[in-house]
Amino acid sequence: MILKLLGIRVLTGLLTLAIVSLLVFAATEILPGDVAEAVLGRGATPEALAAMRERLSLDQPAYVRYFEWLGRMMNGDFGTSTATGRPVITLVEDRLRNTAVLALATALVAVPLAFGLGLLSAMRSNSITDQTITVGALVAVAVPEFFTAVVLIYVFSVTLEWLPSISMIRSGEPILQTLDRLLLPIAVLTMVVMAHTVRMTRSTVVNVLSSGFVEMALLKGMPRHRVVLFHALPNVLSPLFTVIALTLAYLVSGVVVVETVFSYPGLGRLMVDAVAGRDVPVIQACGMIFCAAYVVLNMTADALSVLSNPRLRVPK
Amino acid sequence: MTAQAHEETGVGGFVRRLSVRARIGFAVLFVWIVVAFIGPIVAPFGEGDMVSVESFAYPPEAGFLGTDYLGRDLLSRLLYGARMTMGVALAAACIACIVGIFLGFLAAIAKGWVDHVLSRLIDALLSFPSIILALIVIGGLGTSLPVVLGTVALIEATRVFRIARALALDIGTLDFVDAARARGENPLWIITREVLPNAAPPLLADFGLRYTYAILIVSGLSFLGLGVQPPNADWGVMVKENIQGLFLGSPAAVIAAACIATVTISVNLVVDAFIDRDRKARVPEMLP
Repeated sequence: MILKLLGIRVLTGLLTLAIVSLLVFAATEILPGDVAEAVLGRGATPEALAAMRERLSLDQPAYVRYFEWLGRMMNGDFGTSTATGRPVITLVEDRLRNTAVLALATALVAVPLAFGLGLLSAMRSNSITDQTITVGALVAVAVPEFFTAVVLIYVFSVTLEWLPSISMIRSGEPILQTLDRLLLPIAVLTMVVMAHTVRMTRSTVVNVLSSGFVEMALLKGMPRHRVVLFHALPNVLSPLFTVIALTLAYLVSGVVVVETVFSYPGLGRLMVDAVAGRDVPVIQACGMIFCAAYVVLNMTADALSVLSNPRLRVPK
Repeated sequence: MTAQAHEETGVGGFVRRLSVRARIGFAVLFVWIVVAFIGPIVAPFGEGDMVSVESFAYPPEAGFLGTDYLGRDLLSRLLYGARMTMGVALAAACIACIVGIFLGFLAAIAKGWVDHVLSRLIDALLSFPSIILALIVIGGLGTSLPVVLGTVALIEATRVFRIARALALDIGTLDFVDAARARGENPLWIITREVLPNAAPPLLADFGLRYTYAILIVSGLSFLGLGVQPPNADWGVMVKENIQGLFLGSPAAVIAAACIATVTISVNLVVDAFIDRDRKARVPEMLP
């Protein structure tokens, strides 16, 4: 039963990825019109244009090109970067590792902090603490990532001169050595994603604490910590997994701006540079990696909440 | 927000019924709207005028806020930027709401394959993180104001669609809609006279949220160098241009970023007030 439910979710995830790949292909190869003309410029002779179209297999119908493109991608061949002439895969490898380091480090800080604050806010609902946290989260959701970034740079790099504002990282450098350069990006990303997570945690816990079975347990005289640990917590766990996975999913978008602010050599910055230089193969590769991460994280959140909540295991 | 306060009408009564937070939100937003309208008229210099040979010149010798990295008057550029940043996002949010509400209602009323096709397509678009979707489209088409506007409108329209469809489905099951159908009213009449007025409060609150997200995406893209292009003044562009100035002691980038933050925070406060005022209305889902 459980396997069937999980199987359905994995299948849906794969189907979503297939549609995403179709949209990425459509946006980068079909929407722009004639790529051959874009590459060769307006003065190109008709013969040169025809030769270029054949080389890029633009003479084939779109659906044939899509399946060839998808097939190459499945085999790990992302093509050649038009800007640098190097295989895309070599450009992506290092950057992906750097972004993963940044995202995981942020998750390690942000998830416990956000869950703690959300829990605190919910247990003292409507107190000063709660109000402060709620307003703080509202403000953090509303401001752009680069606002937080420039304020932190202004305070910690310019005024106090504690931390570097540029996060240059050489390839192959041990992670621990780069920690001083990672601190500011991690702080900014934490503030960006925490706001959502705090709000989600707070509303979940408030819901559980106001439910009938918690009231019942309290009324029959159970100690408060027992109620929270054995009655409330199991019901908060399933949303908690969702919260973690969604936090990581929010990181996917946050990382693009933050990497650019701090000149951090990650996948987000690679994609921004590729978009500025119209380097289509690199855009496709980065876009697919980001979307795949996003879809897989959402799928995992869904699957974990099924596993941890028996009520979801019964098909509707 | 007391019970008898509901008797009061007019602007005075409206203000008295608001929380402190909502009043701050309304006040700040009002100021920015006025600035967006009259900013370019009252600006001491044009948005591209070099007023000083010195970059990051200090106030008060070089204007009220000093100059930016090219020696242009910072205050003037902020005033011009208000219209650009708030205007582009407003246009995107309006297009998104019109398209999203139309398609959402269409899906809810038509049901069947129309609903299926639209919903699956929107689900697929929702599985892109919004900034990544914007980057992919701009990567394909190149950046220009229409492309940026269209992309942001598309991203926001997917979010509006989900809420509009859910609302229309909910309201469609209510008795008065059944009654209208039984009377033989045509679908267009039912949508405009029965469904739309009842869906308006949550849709309006959602419009506020869409507007803040539109500002965040547009200024984010401008900051990345892929949105509004220099020399046009836009707050996101101004943060990007002047970020190196932080190390020369110029807070220009922080000021521009703070302008964006005050607009988005105040819109959020106003939206919160709407949700508070109309507790029975569905609270729109937060979809970033």
